[in-house]
Amino acid sequence: MRKLPLRNARPLDYRSTVTDRPPTSTDVQHVPTCRRRVPGEQGVWVLLLGDLLVFALFFITFIVERSKAPDDFDIARRTLHTGIGLTNTFVLLTSSLMIVIAVGAVRTRMLLIAGHAVLAAMACGVVFVGLKCYEYGSMLSAGYGAGANEFYLYYYILTGIHLFHVCLGLAVLVALWTQTRRPELSPTRMAVFESGTCFWHLVDMLWIVLFPLLYLVS
Amino acid sequence: MAGPSVLSLIRNRAVVSWLILLVATASSFAVGVEHGTGSLVALVVLAIAAIKMRLVGLDFMELRDAPIPLRAAFEVYCIALWATLSGIYLWL
Repeated sequence: MRKLPLRNARPLDYRSTVTDRPPTSTDVQHVPTCRRRVPGEQGVWVLLLGDLLVFALFFITFIVERSKAPDDFDIARRTLHTGIGLTNTFVLLTSSLMIVIAVGAVRTRMLLIAGHAVLAAMACGVVFVGLKCYEYGSMLSAGYGAGANEFYLYYYILTGIHLFHVCLGLAVLVALWTQTRRPELSPTRMAVFESGTCFWHLVDMLWIVLFPLLYLVS
Repeated sequence: MAGPSVLSLIRNRAVVSWLILLVATASSFAVGVEHGTGSLVALVVLAIAAIKMRLVGLDFMELRDAPIPLRAAFEVYCIALWATLSGIYLWL
């Protein structure tokens, strides 16, 4: 467990000060156990929050366009492979859990386990990409290309940009895995490691909204 | 004193959140696909998505223990996104 600083703690040479006894539980006051801190590098949060805002605009644009032709959008929505979308949601959620385990393992210096957890998360990411490519191929062969109607145009743009994020995230995970090969991570490297994990969680978070918006909202 | 164990890595809030996220995903799928159309269904599906986003942010990204302005910005984002999407869905 992480040691926390003590507020009002006596100086180390307390034996030579006022009282000639060691400090007791009444002498020190513990700070709250949940000391607040920014996960990862602060600058990365500008990127992450900016990305969230950009995607919010994408989501809003889609729902506005949907309101112009709700019947066409709903008919097109029913042609999507909902099972693949659902599976991909489970896959990304599981990859996020693997990354949480990796962060915990790095903090407790179980770097071998951390490496394995990152590899498991990468495997999940690869499964996501594979399923997405299969879905694209299946839809294109059925004649549902980006030009079929407005829904499909937005579908390919939104999921394509997200897929780009997944590929970028996989590259980040490779970088994280190389960090777990080190004997120890400095505080700076740990902050960079946490920043990378936050980006992967962002990828998961964006899909959490995309899946219901595209596949479920009728 | 015993060192950290492998089990300690999976005995935390994030694992509980992951289980909740799986159940919430299955629930939104069941509500959205199995129970047909309707405004209420869409709002519920979007609300579940916003709650799932919040859980990922708080327990996976560790925003639960982030400074108040950062956590507040994220929480406001989740609520505002749900409200905006739901509002447009209902009134446009």
